[in-house]
Amino acid sequence: MNGALIIIFLVAAFALFLGLRARRGKDMNLEQWTVGGRGFGALFVFLLMAGEIYTTFTFLGGSGFAYGKGAPAYYILAYGTLAYVISYWLLPPIWRYGREHHLISQPHYFAHRYDGPALGILVAVVGVIALVPYLVLQFKGLGIIVSVASYGGISSTVAIWIGAAIVTVYVMVSGVHGSAWNAVAKDILILAMVVFLGLYLPLHYYGGIGAMFHAIDAAKPGFLTFPPNGQSLVWFQSTVLLAALGFFMWPHSFGSVFTAREERTFRRNAIVLPLYQLILLFVFFAGFAAILKVPGLTGGEIDLALFRLSIQAFPPWFVGVIGGAGVLTALVPGSMILMSASTLLSNDIFRGVKRDATDETVSMLARGLVPIVALVAVWFTLGGGTTIVALLLMGYNFVTQMFPAVVASLFPTNRVTKYGAFCGILAGVVAVIVISVTHTGIGAILPFLPTELKDINVGFAALILNIVVTFVVSALTQQAREAASHA
Amino acid sequence: MSAIRWLAILPFLGLIVGVAFFNQVEPLVLGMPLVLAWIVLWLIITAIVMGIIYACDPANRKTGADQ
Repeated sequence: MNGALIIIFLVAAFALFLGLRARRGKDMNLEQWTVGGRGFGALFVFLLMAGEIYTTFTFLGGSGFAYGKGAPAYYILAYGTLAYVISYWLLPPIWRYGREHHLISQPHYFAHRYDGPALGILVAVVGVIALVPYLVLQFKGLGIIVSVASYGGISSTVAIWIGAAIVTVYVMVSGVHGSAWNAVAKDILILAMVVFLGLYLPLHYYGGIGAMFHAIDAAKPGFLTFPPNGQSLVWFQSTVLLAALGFFMWPHSFGSVFTAREERTFRRNAIVLPLYQLILLFVFFAGFAAILKVPGLTGGEIDLALFRLSIQAFPPWFVGVIGGAGVLTALVPGSMILMSASTLLSNDIFRGVKRDATDETVSMLARGLVPIVALVAVWFTLGGGTTIVALLLMGYNFVTQMFPAVVASLFPTNRVTKYGAFCGILAGVVAVIVISVTHTGIGAILPFLPTELKDINVGFAALILNIVVTFVVSALTQQAREAASHA
Repeated sequence: MSAIRWLAILPFLGLIVGVAFFNQVEPLVLGMPLVLAWIVLWLIITAIVMGIIYACDPANRKTGADQ
């Protein structure tokens, strides 16, 4: 057993310990398990919200994106920042409504606000379909990190089973408390690690950040700016805007809003989180540093850029520390996704159908579903398959379809009816599937657009269709309701 | 507050519109390509803008529990 492996194991064991310990002194009823009894202070809420930034996707994918694609990676910095600006006004009213009506999940909010159980079920089904591939992504990342950081000592299959077992156990026992405590450990470790790597690697290999970018620019002209087409400026602009709207529409992010003790937390977070995004800059630096030093990674391999370079640069024990940090970036979001998916299945789909189910039944069922959801995700992770990759690409566009109905629900007089919201979301989701499966670009839908605008993120087409359907159906059903009440 | 609130448009202008005018590598700023430095600058401006909005928002002045 090498030094790296010992450290990764220690980190994993510590995560399990923290996750189990988080339960102490809590009576784990449904509200405690899902939203921490609405008692989380500023730090926990901050870390749960920020949890979205530092997933395996950003750790491996962010550096890999910078390594493989260059400038387009910058979009990751921008969309979160704009999402936080929106959050200043978006989250406090959602939180207030949630506290008043004891809501614990996103579909719960829809069902209650629109007085439409069927709408709640639809939102929950779409949520689960988006969440499971996202969980698969975390498991996949975990497998890669452990197998590379252990120098092949542990196969990714074994790592995935162990990782899945750890999150399953602590989610069942501690719910969101386990995620919150592990988020503290994760963010401390990842922060230190990423800033160090982002500064050390360019300095060590190139003599500085400026020298590194000069070298890359000389070797690969155009790589550090947005290309004229493909992932162009227009792609950047539209993707940033679209992703900013969808950011808090992920069921686990939306659900974590309800954990806060007071609403000011969200407004304060909106100041600090943009600065927290800056940490990603160092992830990019590490990815850029790898370009000329471990060249030739292509396809899915680009995600390994950071690790391949680290193995070259550092002794095994330190690779183990990086690996440990990487494991936590998979476990924390993984636990939130797992809990969220189980809550959706139990509280929103099961109770949506069987309306008289008690909190105790729903709570038992939610916890019982945790290992099942985890097994399904492991099965998809090990089975691979193209379906899951396709679903993953659709996931973000799926959850973004919730945005119009959420925003409409915040106005004093909501013109959107439950039928409008239902049809709009359904139309948007179907549009996303059709567009993704047929690989349609915006140019095919709107052939009259000038060439420069053909790189607009095609997700906008689905969102606009959603908005149109929402308002048309709402107008029709509104009239029908008024006519009925006048008759 | 109502007028200050409109400052929140600035990050959108800077990050989505402004970026189009700075899509170049040279000159490097703090070692970063110009377009990346521009985005980083706007992350910092966004934090400042949100800080100003927070300070001017009467909703944040109440002490103790909300409402």
